[in-house]
Amino acid sequence: MNISINRRDFAKGLGGIVLAFTLDPGLAQQPKQLPGSLGGNRMLDAWIRINADGGATIFTGKVELGQGIVTALAQIAAEELDLPLERVQMISGDTGRTPNEGQTAGSQSIENSGTALRLAAAEVRSMLLALAAPKLEVSADQLTVADGTIKAPSGKTIGYGQLAVSADLHREATATVKPKPANTHKIVGQPIRRLDIPGKVTGKPTYVQDLRLPGMVHGRVVRPPQYGATLASLDDSKAKAIPGVIAVVRDCSFLGVIAEREEQAIKARVALAGGAKWTPGPDLPDPKTIFAHLKSLPAKVEVIGVKQAPVLASAPKVLEASYTKPYMAHASIGPSAAVAEFKDDKLTVWTHSQGVFPLRAEISKTLKMPAASVRCIHTEGSGCYGHNGADDVALDAALLARAAPGKPVRLQWMRDDEFSWEPFGPAMSMHAKASLDGEGRIVDWNYELWSNSHSTRPESTTGANVLAAWYLAEPQKMGPPTSPQQPAGGGDRNSIPLYDFPNQRVVHNFIQPMPIRASALRTLGAYANVFASESFIDELALAAGADPIAFRLAHLKDPRAKAVIKKVAQMAGWKAGEKGDLARGRGLGFAKYKNLSCYCAVIADVTVDRTSGRMRVTNAWSAADAGLVINPDGLSNQIEGGIIQSTSWTLHEEVKFDQHGILSRDWSNYPILTMPEVPKVEVALIDRPDERALGAGEGSQGPAVAAIANAFAHATGRRIRDLPFHAERVKAVLA
Amino acid sequence: MAVSLKVNGATRSVPAEPDTPLLYVLRNDLELNGAKFGCGMAQCGACTVLVDGRAVRSCVTDIGSLANAEITTLEGLGTSEKPHALQRAFIEEQAVQCGYCINGMIMTAKALLDRNPKPTESDVRQALAANLCRCGTHNRIVRAVLRAANEMGRI
Repeated sequence: MNISINRRDFAKGLGGIVLAFTLDPGLAQQPKQLPGSLGGNRMLDAWIRINADGGATIFTGKVELGQGIVTALAQIAAEELDLPLERVQMISGDTGRTPNEGQTAGSQSIENSGTALRLAAAEVRSMLLALAAPKLEVSADQLTVADGTIKAPSGKTIGYGQLAVSADLHREATATVKPKPANTHKIVGQPIRRLDIPGKVTGKPTYVQDLRLPGMVHGRVVRPPQYGATLASLDDSKAKAIPGVIAVVRDCSFLGVIAEREEQAIKARVALAGGAKWTPGPDLPDPKTIFAHLKSLPAKVEVIGVKQAPVLASAPKVLEASYTKPYMAHASIGPSAAVAEFKDDKLTVWTHSQGVFPLRAEISKTLKMPAASVRCIHTEGSGCYGHNGADDVALDAALLARAAPGKPVRLQWMRDDEFSWEPFGPAMSMHAKASLDGEGRIVDWNYELWSNSHSTRPESTTGANVLAAWYLAEPQKMGPPTSPQQPAGGGDRNSIPLYDFPNQRVVHNFIQPMPIRASALRTLGAYANVFASESFIDELALAAGADPIAFRLAHLKDPRAKAVIKKVAQMAGWKAGEKGDLARGRGLGFAKYKNLSCYCAVIADVTVDRTSGRMRVTNAWSAADAGLVINPDGLSNQIEGGIIQSTSWTLHEEVKFDQHGILSRDWSNYPILTMPEVPKVEVALIDRPDERALGAGEGSQGPAVAAIANAFAHATGRRIRDLPFHAERVKAVLA
Repeated sequence: MAVSLKVNGATRSVPAEPDTPLLYVLRNDLELNGAKFGCGMAQCGACTVLVDGRAVRSCVTDIGSLANAEITTLEGLGTSEKPHALQRAFIEEQAVQCGYCINGMIMTAKALLDRNPKPTESDVRQALAANLCRCGTHNRIVRAVLRAANEMGRI
């Protein structure tokens, strides 16, 4: 404690000096650009503190979602600090303690938080060496460090802990200390075991669902029967008569209940729903014509990726095809949950949100509380795979807690709350048209896509992007739909081909009205765009009479792209010209995620049963290049998990709805891949220690769907262009 | 109303109605985190516990029906200091991503290994067919169960 007070006093003095400079506009200088998340969080002690025991506490704004990021970031910090992993304590995602790094999304944690920690830790290590040098009576460059102990050639040593008080880390990072070269890494690059797994397999408290605060009570919410329905009347007498019920909470059309025990809250939820009469909201579109309907809505049209070369007089072959992808659910195994406590005009929310700072902004706006009075603390939940109900349930819990001051309220959504109210990955349509010249090369590529927003997360520029806020007596409006710009892109993610075509044009129709709630699902538009464009590449290869792999290699310049394709071909024993039959078909898919991130190629083998229409993916191989590999086992786990999740999306998944609302409300009407259906998967990593570490959590889903689609065509000679590939569709395509 | 239950070898009295699903009593009264709420409809398996050695969905099992039953939860298998062979195998294989389904995988596998100590890979996949995993950790889970079977066979 003394250390931090000393630092604060020092900071005050420093602040005075800085002020004197900035008062004179002539002397004002643009702050130096800092890499990664250091840019937005410039102080060293925002990231790293050296403790009196010689260990370090590391702060990151990125959070554990089951992807193993906290272990990987600990590896990076421990490596640069020369500390053993067990002496590094990680604090993540807490508006009261950690840097603000926005959302943990888009496979950017290694790139942004990892870069910040690598540079900050290298700088802190060099500061510690500079402090140690006079004490050990040698120059800093003669010192060595092992396990947090600094050693002089004489054999004299000093520990980090002894330097902790004098090390002033409350200063701006300079990002000038060079991190270690990759060939000296001892912790980075190792398949370090995840820090969280022993607790998870033995029932140690891990998840927000496991929080038990003194005096805690249990909440449940009653949602409207459909989007936009309003609560016309309520008879809450039956709910209130249930033993243990503490309060029925109603704010216009937001409805919930708090009870002493969880099962009482669940019973009261049923009783409350029975006493609620709703004025219906607007009808949903007809699912049979959903793609035409979406295309008829107003859209912002963006033309991207244009390349123009002299137009050929005539191209001998022109191909054209249309593809679709339905709404898909995040479908977390555990419904979203939060604990909220309202005490002394302050609100604390324990949440598995992907972005505690953006969530805090929405909660403070909605509850009209100053942001400083709201603290959001990340606590793990079930895997989310994007923007699921995590933020919504946090506001729900806060609304219930406000009605019961002093009592922490734990709220877990029921299964149907999650399925019918989570924002889905939006439905998309894709159209591709291309020309082949006489040599079988693609000379002209036209691609157009139609999609709603993939980004309606907190924190919105206007209004609030949290569900309950739209149903209150003083409502917030849902914010305007947004789309990340190219080169990352939103719905148009991976819509610009990495292949080298002389002429190309991509059109992104960003549909504005959103009849069905949609937001970020792992990969955003990349899954659908890689499905469509990599399917179409295979269609063109067939028309050109070329082997799909040779055809791709002939159109690619990037050597790293070629390397993953060649590697996976070798792993699977790809044979050019091999004929498929119903017993087996084989296909390849490739992408460089976001055209910025990891390279990944997948080969899939499928079998198709013509009678039942049942299709199986039996085997998948993948080669991935994510630059410098931080944790090879963690990276393989992400690539393999992505392939299996993508197999599930591809074979089974589609959100069902009718005009009255969402029909996929439990696992029986939203089936996912089961254990016996899971393909065998083999992953190879191409480690490039001298290249930048690239995000990989979303690298394999696009290549996997394309590989499966191409394998189906290889097996059957027919092309399946609409997802998912369920039995009825397969039968229809083969008929 | 209080109901008496035998959980992980100890008899515990809980202040709950007999129609209360076992899951809430385990989590909230006995402070056992292993079993998780996933669906409340016996569809996903996250809440699985052993009742007299059988894998049972605690989200739809009322405590009133468990008067003389031996209930075993994930915590009853082992601790992080002294893990059961299955728990150890899940750590060895790093067979976890988010981990929310893992309780159900381990408890269902425990029931399998008790009745079939030498399962084939296909046996394991079939036994876990009604346990849903969303992260795509399936193959590691299967490897972990086979590794545990192997180790337990050696002892």
